[in-house]
Parts: sequence; C-alpha cells; structure tokens
Amino acid sequence: MEKTLPKIEIIEKYCKGCHICVEFCPKDVLEMKGFYASVKNLEACIKCMQCELRCPDFAIKVITE
Amino acid sequence: MAFDYEKFLRPGKLPHIWCPGCGHGIVMKGLIRAMDTLKLKKEETALVSGIGCASRLPGYIDCCTLHTAHGRAAAFATGVKLAKPEMNVILVGGDGDGTAIGGNHFIHACRRNIDMTYIIMNNYIYGMTGGQFSPCTPTGHKASTTPYGNPDPGFDIAKLAIGAGATFVARGTAFHANQIDKLIVEAIQHKGFSVVEILDDCPTTYGRRNKYKSVIEMMNRLKEVAVPVKAAEKMTAEQLQGKVLTGVLYKDDSKPEYTAEYAKVIERATAAK
Ligand SMILES: Cc1ncc(C[n+]2csc(CCOP(=O)(O)OP(=O)(O)O)c2C)c(N)n1
Ligand code: SF4
Ligand code: SF4
Ligand code: SF4
Ligand SMILES: [Mg+2]
Repeated sequence: MEKTLPKIEIIEKYCKGCHICVEFCPKDVLEMKGFYASVKNLEACIKCMQCELRCPDFAIKVITE
Repeated sequence: MAFDYEKFLRPGKLPHIWCPGCGHGIVMKGLIRAMDTLKLKKEETALVSGIGCASRLPGYIDCCTLHTAHGRAAAFATGVKLAKPEMNVILVGGDGDGTAIGGNHFIHACRRNIDMTYIIMNNYIYGMTGGQFSPCTPTGHKASTTPYGNPDPGFDIAKLAIGAGATFVARGTAFHANQIDKLIVEAIQHKGFSVVEILDDCPTTYGRRNKYKSVIEMMNRLKEVAVPVKAAEKMTAEQLQGKVLTGVLYKDDSKPEYTAEYAKVIERATAAK
C-alpha cells in the first residue's frame, strides 16, 4: 500500500517562532527557517498530530484525508 | 484531519496576545476541543475569567463570555449559574488570579460544590504584571519580587481544591496537550464543582529568571515531572520524589450540588408564602 502524505500548512502570520513543533516532532519533519517553522522532510511524517496539538498559536495544520 | 479551531474563535482575533511558547494557547486549544467533543452550544456556554494573561482567554472564544475583576471569576460565574442553571459555566484563569487575590472565592466555590468547571493555568507566577511571585511559586524559585529566592512554600492547587470540597479534581500539563481536552470533558460532565489544573509555562517572566534557556526546556521539565496517577500506584515513594501526579486525582459523585439544593430552597420559600 502506498503511503499517503499529509499536507502541512504553516500559517506564518500566526507563527511566533517558539520552536515547540520542531523540537517535539518525533520524526524530525520540521525545522526553523528564519523566524518561522517550516517543513523539512514531509516524507517522514507519521501524521501523529503532535505538532498541531502543541502549537500554542494555531499556526500549524496537519491536513490528512 | 486538522482540527478546525477557527470556527470556535471570534473572527480576526489571531494572532493572540500571548508570548511565543506561552502555554495558555495550548490550554485554549484543549478547551476548544473539549467544547467540540461535548457539542456545547455557544449560547449555552459561559466562559468567565478574572485578570491576567490566562484570563484573557475568553476574549478569543465565540460564546457567552465575561472578563471580570481580578480574582472574581468565581463570584461572577456563580451569579451566571444561579440565574441560568442550565448553562455550562466554565471559569478560566491563572494561579495568581485564582489562589492569591481570588483564593477566597476559589475555596468557597469548591465548598459549595456548584456545578461549574474551573480551568486554572498554573505557570507559578504573575505573568501579566512582570513576574511577581504567586502563591504557587515553588520555594527557592525566583520572581521579580523574590530575587534571592522565594522563602514561601507553594500551594498545591489540586490538594487545596480537594480539601475545600471540590468534587472533581484533575491535573494535566501544557506538554501533554492531548490529555487536556479529555480532562476538561470529564470535568464538564461532572455534576458539581470541578477543577482542572494545567501546569503551564511562562517563558517570559518565569522561565528566564529561573534559568530555563528556552520554552523547550520548560516543556521538557513538564514531561519529566508528570506521572499519571495509574503509573504512580506502582511506584515507590522514592521514585515519586519530585514528581507531580496527573490525570483525574479525585472524584466524588455523592455530594449535593448547589443549584439543585438552591432550587429546593426556592421551593420551600414559595410553599411557605
Ligand atoms: C485588583 C487588582 N490588583 C492587581 C492587579 C494587577 N494584576 C493584573 S494580572 C495580575 C496577576 C496575574 O497572574 P495570573 O493570574 O497567574 O495570570 P498570568 O498572567 O500568570 O497568566 C495582577 C496582580 C489588578 N489587575 N487588579
Ligand atoms: S504530524 Fe507528527 S510526524 Fe508529522 S510533522 Fe507533525 S509532529 Fe511531526
Ligand atoms: S509551534 Fe506554532 S508558533 Fe511555535 S514555531 Fe511551531 S508553528 Fe510556529
Ligand atoms: S507574560 Fe508569561 S503568561 Fe503572559 S503571555 Fe507572556 S509567557 Fe504567557
Ligand atoms: Mg500565573
């Protein structure tokens, strides 16, 4: 079965650059790029939603089917 | 699927005022998920707060909201609940608001066992006013008003609530985001006064003074100290040293609830006329 990848949306106008999503992603999918969070390796994402759950700023969405 | 938080928010309110990494946003999201799980109607839900960074929360959520005086959320909320017992009344606020200036209102709401839920965001500090120590600041820790270390012992909010008569008491942390909504759901479903303490972080006024290099370190501390009540049962006193229990800590369904008792008073008074 082919793995379906989610779409990870980072809303820069809400992101406050706290690093929480990056640090606690279990698969190292995210990175900080300048001030904002950004997707580094979408392929590794296991859709655990930890980043979306912990972002204090409503700034990251993991969109799955 | 990504959770649609925005349908619960008043339009145009984001970004919120809280600092980068402030746990209050994580708690607000937990509350929103709980409201969604329980399908609470906005016209039947009142969010009541006092003053502080944590107490800014009701301003963001699209339901009936009251942002009141410092420490007085419980008093205003009691008024709402007595006037409209069918409403879901939820109090939110910080450790300073709830245990210092509002400590009196807090214990009496617990004692009355009135059917409301109190979410208390404990970041161990007065965040909004620049980091003065609160009754929850641990001994030895630094605040702007205790630059040489706090000589006072901190309150254990959960124990305080249980001792004062609350009939549902739970504790979670801003790190364990996934658990926050579940605790709030159970608390709202409980008939009586329920308290959910969320161990929170204030990187701006507490973290920096207490040598946390970043909010990540504060989050890691929450991860390390939290022990679920079930797991704690199998641990020795030694292993539990320095740990904080999380989950549902206390639940008692046997005590009368205040609005129900008050309805009986009204009935007796009406009959006596
Ligand atoms: C009567 C009164 N006294 C003092 C203040 C100043 N004040 C505003 S917020 C606050 C403390 C808030 O601390 P907490 O409830 O822990 O919320 P946090 O900001 O940490 O989230 C104080 C003392 C006030 N607004 N009103
Ligand atoms: S969903 Fe999980 S694996 Fe994917 S980016 Fe978020 S935290 Fe990382
Ligand atoms: S957790 Fe949210 S606010 Fe913090 S860096 Fe990630 S997307 Fe930005
Ligand atoms: S001062 Fe502290 S409590 Fe207030 S918004 Fe900033 S981090 Fe949060
Ligand atoms: Mg506080």
